[in-house]
Amino acid sequence: MSEKTPPPASPPRMTAFGRGPAQRARIEKAGDPNRALIRLAGYLKPYRAILSLVLVFVLTYILLGLYEPYLIGRGVDQFISLKKTDGLPQLALLLLGVYLLDNAFQALSSWLMARISQDALRVLRRDLFERLQKLSVAFFDRHTAGELMSRLTNDIDAINQAVSQNVVSLAASVLSLVGILIAMFVLNAWLALSALLVVPIMFWFTNFIARYTRRGFRRLQSDLGDINGVMEEIISGQRVVKAFRRSEPAVERFRASNQKVYEAGVYANTYAFMLMPLTNVLGNFFIIVLVGLGGYLALQNLVTVGMIAAFIAYAQNFIQPLRQLASMYNSIQAALAGAERVFEIIDMPLEIDSAADSLLPTPLQGNVVFSDVSFGYNSDHLIIKKMSLEAKSGQTVALVGPTGAGKTTIINLLTRFYEINSGSIRIDGRDIREVSKDDLRRKLGIVLQDTFLFADTVMENIRYGRLDASDEECIEAAKLADADHFIRQLPRGYQTKLSERAANLSQGQRQLLSIARAVLADPSILILDEATSSVDTRTEARIQAALLRLMKGRTSFVIAHRLSTIRDGEIVEQGTYQALLDEKGFFHHLYMSQFKGLEI
Amino acid sequence: MNHIKKLLYFVKPYWRRSLVALILLVAVVIMDLAIPRLIQRVIDQGINSGNMRVVVTTTIWMLAISVVQTLFALGNNLFSIQVGESVARDVREALFLKIQSFSFGNLDRLNTGQLMVRLSSDTTIFQRLVQVSLRIGTRAPLLMVGSIILMFVTDKRLALMILPVLLATSAVIVFFTSRMGPLYLTVQKKLDRLNSVLQENIAGARLVKAFVREGYEGERFAVVNEDFTNRNIQVMRFMSTLSPAMNVFVNIGIVIVVWAGGIQSAQNGVSVGQIVAFINYLNTTMGPLGIMVMLANLVAAATASAERVNEVLETVPEVQDSAQPQSLPEGRARRVRFEDVDFRYNDGGQVLSDINFTVESGQTVAILGATGSGKSSIVNLVPRFYDAAAGGVLWNDMDVREARQSELLMNVGVVPQETILFSGTIRENIRYGKPNASEEEIVAAAKAAQAHDFIVSLPNGYDTRVEERGGNLSGGQKQRIAIARALLLKPAILILDDSASAVDVETESKLQNALKEWLKDSLNVIVAQRISAVLRADKILVVDEGRIIAQGAHHELMENSDVYREIYDSQLGEGVKMEAAL
Repeated sequence: MSEKTPPPASPPRMTAFGRGPAQRARIEKAGDPNRALIRLAGYLKPYRAILSLVLVFVLTYILLGLYEPYLIGRGVDQFISLKKTDGLPQLALLLLGVYLLDNAFQALSSWLMARISQDALRVLRRDLFERLQKLSVAFFDRHTAGELMSRLTNDIDAINQAVSQNVVSLAASVLSLVGILIAMFVLNAWLALSALLVVPIMFWFTNFIARYTRRGFRRLQSDLGDINGVMEEIISGQRVVKAFRRSEPAVERFRASNQKVYEAGVYANTYAFMLMPLTNVLGNFFIIVLVGLGGYLALQNLVTVGMIAAFIAYAQNFIQPLRQLASMYNSIQAALAGAERVFEIIDMPLEIDSAADSLLPTPLQGNVVFSDVSFGYNSDHLIIKKMSLEAKSGQTVALVGPTGAGKTTIINLLTRFYEINSGSIRIDGRDIREVSKDDLRRKLGIVLQDTFLFADTVMENIRYGRLDASDEECIEAAKLADADHFIRQLPRGYQTKLSERAANLSQGQRQLLSIARAVLADPSILILDEATSSVDTRTEARIQAALLRLMKGRTSFVIAHRLSTIRDGEIVEQGTYQALLDEKGFFHHLYMSQFKGLEI
Repeated sequence: MNHIKKLLYFVKPYWRRSLVALILLVAVVIMDLAIPRLIQRVIDQGINSGNMRVVVTTTIWMLAISVVQTLFALGNNLFSIQVGESVARDVREALFLKIQSFSFGNLDRLNTGQLMVRLSSDTTIFQRLVQVSLRIGTRAPLLMVGSIILMFVTDKRLALMILPVLLATSAVIVFFTSRMGPLYLTVQKKLDRLNSVLQENIAGARLVKAFVREGYEGERFAVVNEDFTNRNIQVMRFMSTLSPAMNVFVNIGIVIVVWAGGIQSAQNGVSVGQIVAFINYLNTTMGPLGIMVMLANLVAAATASAERVNEVLETVPEVQDSAQPQSLPEGRARRVRFEDVDFRYNDGGQVLSDINFTVESGQTVAILGATGSGKSSIVNLVPRFYDAAAGGVLWNDMDVREARQSELLMNVGVVPQETILFSGTIRENIRYGKPNASEEEIVAAAKAAQAHDFIVSLPNGYDTRVEERGGNLSGGQKQRIAIARALLLKPAILILDDSASAVDVETESKLQNALKEWLKDSLNVIVAQRISAVLRADKILVVDEGRIIAQGAHHELMENSDVYREIYDSQLGEGVKMEAAL
């Protein structure tokens, strides 16, 4: 009668599971919920056998559930009303047995479903991850890591939460609605009719309120997004806010957002919370109508008291799934919306390795030739125009120029993170478009601008360069990179765990580690991307010495922003260092400006 | 619990509304409890006595009660929502204001991510606790207790028989709630690991591809994915037994009622209506048990959240104005002097020792040294971003710790090492420190900062929007905007903390010329790693491991300081040769 909320199979998570702005109900709706649902269901296919077993269990406990109120009604009619006790113990024991079986089957099917549903989710996550790995670099350049992360973790979590809340048993209880309706009609059509009165109203209510709730929460979510943006920006810039004494306007800005969140919160929750009392009252109405109508019919001798008692029990069983559905409506919708986005990624075009079998010659000479290469991230804006460049085996090419001149782009092209628009890049005479990407990348050693390290030990981070390297080889590589010294000073030496983003190392140390990693990989061609900026002088000298050792005998491309040979994407001058200096061109000009101080 | 109590302070202003919500709630529960009694009446005095009038009037009564109850419940919702949202708003505001009062040392210890968690999810969890307490959280236990009492009222003997079942159910609840928290914690940990592998593969996508490590990463992911799955299955299985376990006891209760009730009714001890009522009460006692489980979880989570919120609220700003702050001496700053300054961050060892130097008006002092040598720490003491541990920083002749910090800040222009721009246009960013600056002032500052040329070359010029974290600008461009922002203030002291590191050398030398012009009578402090940035300073401090190991002009240092000469050679002499050799 009163609030009989079934114990949630999984209580709402309190920890920061959802990384979203707050733990509010997620109000999202998939564009095509049915498609997402069908596709999700597809992940259950491999478990067909167990699923059919579960289905049998579910049907069994639904039937048992239908039998229980009937037994109670019989108890009332045949024993309690008649004040008879012969056979009562048998009935009571039968009822007990039915109850026990019912619960046992419920537990058993949830038990089985736990493995099935979580396994299906595991496969979904695996698919997502594998797909993600095969996406082109262009995809990762278009989306920031933070944006992708928060989206994916939220989506995965939304799906996970809905599934963990036992959607399956909910589905089973919805199934039981049909059973209850049938049972009621079989027992007494008149009383059953009152149920038909309740169901449409309930659905209409839920739908009606859900619409407003969704609207309200959408607004709330966007307001929460705003306030989080405001807070994040101000707090991460707090030092500047302080230095420029801008706290007051910051607080004003915050207050305005905060008030908006308050108003949106009141609006959204007013609707969201309305559902509960309204479904409750409907449930009560249902029962009251049953009692009233039942009483009337009983007095006409059309119905027994036991029947009324049975119907009250049916009514309670009937309303419960409806109520549950109403309260889970949003989280199911959110899960479907999340699934839809996950599938979106799974359906994205892959980076194709069309020449996977065609390998570069081993050993590689390392003659790299760019001929008339043009490239632009957008086809209408070329960053590199008709660039030609030749690096002979063992030579070092320095690419120097102001930011934005397209130096980093050259790495993207050589590694085929991006494909050139025209011209060709050849290594030892082979057009790199005609060889396997994996093989190409394996033969290139890259020390990237942002030295990305993993949250693992120092040793493992070095070993990333060559997975089968022994500890000794890793240490050897570290020595060559001049990293051994500082590594040994770390609390646990090579076994020191790096924190996320390797915050416990300085920029210079991180660079030395990434050099060690490249040393270990022992590539034929080396690319160093601004690896020495923002490091103090002594470390810089060390890094440079390490790099010199690393470059020995390899074709190397060095990208730094000190001295420039390329401007606006076209190679301004090409030649050896001395030759460039002698020409006194653009290069010379820059070089001199660095020495202006000398004239003081 | 204690932490939650402290936060109840935020509920206090809304105590009237909270009280109304609770009163409405109690009324709702009473009406809830009345319905089974009325059904009993329909059965016993209506149906079984052949009295149609009782059936009809009681049914009407019940309908009326239901309607009133709904209205009350809706009213309860309105009040509790208002209280909850108000409390959340107030907690957020209190946190935000507190953060505004933080000095740099406080911010070092609580980073943006941590503060954001406190402002968002921690606040929300507390808000939910407040809201739940005013609604279902109070309703559920009231309903349980009320139902038990009414069971006794309905029939004492049956109630006594049911009592063991109730106790057993409570034991089940206690068992599950005590085990659940830790279980969810382990799931959370596994999820964190899953997310961190995902994170590494997204942020490090290039690296993974460059080293062709997709397979290896795939295996790594498979391991954490499997782990997470297994833990989830474990938890789901554990939780899937909770509901049947509780139901079994309710069911046993019903069997007892039917069986024992049947026997008693044969002895005329109990009526049919009473038995039906009894079963209903049994349901209302057991129904809210699930909610109690949720409530226990919520309280645990809210305690942790409240602790984190309190941590922020109870933080004392490290740098505060003294009891009687003084105004800075009239006129521009003539001199800043460091006298035997020592400094350490709260958690660490000595960062600066025996720092002594003086900057006079119109002079430029450059601080040169390796990363971590303490360069930034020196300049941070001038506007009191931190306070010295010993010795003093004197503004003219006044210790900065005696001055009003707001005045200090007004006279110091800082370009921090990490360039921070805010969302908005470039113009808004430049005039950040002086919102009423004229267009001419803004352009002049941008010109001096060598930013004007690139700004006007942008499609929307000064109205170009700065994307989140300045994504649409290069590092050097952002730095120059930040310099313009500081220059606009025409500060008495300008601090450039390695602020032109991403600016190319040519532009940097133009910038230096412009600065000389712009800040004729200011004191300039330049912090740098690049020697080209410091060559023309009036005084260069060479800092190593928190000490000034040499100071003087360039030519003096070239003669006297080995370290300086070494740095010079490595960057402009030897270093260039090395680069040439590449």
